Amino acid sequence: MNGWYAVFRKEAANIFVSPIAYAVMAIFLVIAGFFFWANLSLLSLLSLKAANNPMLSQQINFTDIVVRPLIQNMSIVMLFVMPLVSMRLFSEEKKSGSIELLLTYPITDLGVLAGKFFAALVFLGVMLAGTLSFPVLLFAYGATEFGPMFTGYLGLFLMGAAFMSLGMFLSSLTENQIVAGTISFGAALMFWIISWTSSFAGEKAGYVLKQLSILEHMESFHKGILSLPDLSFFVLFTAFFLFLTARSLETCRWKG
Amino acid sequence: MIEVEGLSKYYGRLAAIQNVNFRVESGEIVGFLGPNGAGKTTTMRVLTCFSPPSSGEAKILGMSVWNNSLEIRKKVGYLPENVPLYDWMRVRGYLEFVARAKGIPASQRATEIDRVAGSVGLDQVMGKLVKWLSKGYRQRVGLAQALIGDPPILILDEPTIGLDPRQIREIRRLIKSFSANRTVILSTHILPEVSQVCDRVIIINKGSIVAEDTPGNLIAGHGKSSRAQVTARAPEGELRNALAGLPGVLATHLGQTSNGCTSVVVEAAVDTDIRPALARTVLDKGWDLLELRAHDVSLEDVFIDLVTEETQEESASEDNDRKEAVA
Repeated sequence: MNGWYAVFRKEAANIFVSPIAYAVMAIFLVIAGFFFWANLSLLSLLSLKAANNPMLSQQINFTDIVVRPLIQNMSIVMLFVMPLVSMRLFSEEKKSGSIELLLTYPITDLGVLAGKFFAALVFLGVMLAGTLSFPVLLFAYGATEFGPMFTGYLGLFLMGAAFMSLGMFLSSLTENQIVAGTISFGAALMFWIISWTSSFAGEKAGYVLKQLSILEHMESFHKGILSLPDLSFFVLFTAFFLFLTARSLETCRWKG
Repeated sequence: MIEVEGLSKYYGRLAAIQNVNFRVESGEIVGFLGPNGAGKTTTMRVLTCFSPPSSGEAKILGMSVWNNSLEIRKKVGYLPENVPLYDWMRVRGYLEFVARAKGIPASQRATEIDRVAGSVGLDQVMGKLVKWLSKGYRQRVGLAQALIGDPPILILDEPTIGLDPRQIREIRRLIKSFSANRTVILSTHILPEVSQVCDRVIIINKGSIVAEDTPGNLIAGHGKSSRAQVTARAPEGELRNALAGLPGVLATHLGQTSNGCTSVVVEAAVDTDIRPALARTVLDKGWDLLELRAHDVSLEDVFIDLVTEETQEESASEDNDRKEAVA
């Protein structure tokens, strides 16, 4: 894994030098902030009504009305914006030809891959960290639970990593960033919605479709549960596309 | 030292290089010559371990590209043809990245970068974005990244392409200056470059090596006849007849005539210098001798001959292509 750090530094610098990163982050934070505000407003409206209705007041809490919908909505926004960051990871270098030079430095292919992937994860981390003001505010002013908040963010990060891995693989297949981005978005969306047909696709096929779906595996994180199957789904999903990217790099060498 | 044996590389069914064999000794500068698409870049990509060959063996410093890819990459500095740099980086930042990528320890990085930047003359532009550099400086940054880590082998793909004549000279001078204790392979299709810079030439065409020698030997070995051009103030026919009759002359060709001046190109056997005899003849006849010049065989002639010998059948169709392109 020699030299992965050099690639990591370069890649992280590239991401944060480009305006794409800031545009993506700004869009994400504005929309996430909007949802946070909307959910909070809903909560305060419901609380007002609950003052006259003791039955309702037992049902409303921060987790159900603010945190869970917020995390769910953020994950949908991420579905849209992750491809914008992952699409250039390899496409750009393939187009400019700098991949040729990069692959003749004494760095293993795995090192190149790791450097780029971790740089993408750093961006993801920074972007999510931008929303940490929400939990801080909730903890400061309300009695919200820590568990669902924590697993929610963990789920977002794991899902983001999975999208980055998928996007990086597709980026390594083409030198056209737009193509890479479009297909990444389509593929991610497909993995998201694939379980919708599971109820009428037959028992076995339905089960498989359900297991492939990102939405299904996000469920437990939203509920505040750390489940090993769901954790492993995201880890394996990410690892699988990293593996495909490694193979794709090898193909790029053979064709080169 | 570089040893290449039976090297082939196919893209699908198309052979980019086929059964290529050559050796480059330590300390040599070898020019890789060939028309576009001859397989120069492919060969270089194999040697730099960017791309594995389809079959055959290439060894660099005794290490095989099959098994010691990473070790070789530490010993080889490579400048690809279109100098793909990261435009958004500053020159110093870029060289720092390269130094880190080549595994130079943090403590030596700054000195190494300064040394290399100094040796290729980059001191003035270290803080500039690569994007804003002129083509000449880009090329220097490309050379600098190849030189970082002091690799004993340099592989340069068309290092002077697209530069203006002054920059070409500069880059050539640089290549010569750091070739003192290195093995250098450079590809080019600019012929004077080869005779000026290289100890040895390998001419490659359509994926195979067609000639391999020093520039001098190639020229000497290739000449089929020696030629001289005579320009004199004399009637055409008489001048030509007088010269054709000389011993050793194989053929004469009429050149330009104007204002009573006639020039004739005389072909003679390879190792005879026909010039003194030509001069004497002209003067003996009482004509004014205006010019007498030997036509040297240039590397260009050798190259064109070697490359066209094999492609004569195709040249007709190529000519057609060109006409169509013009039309």
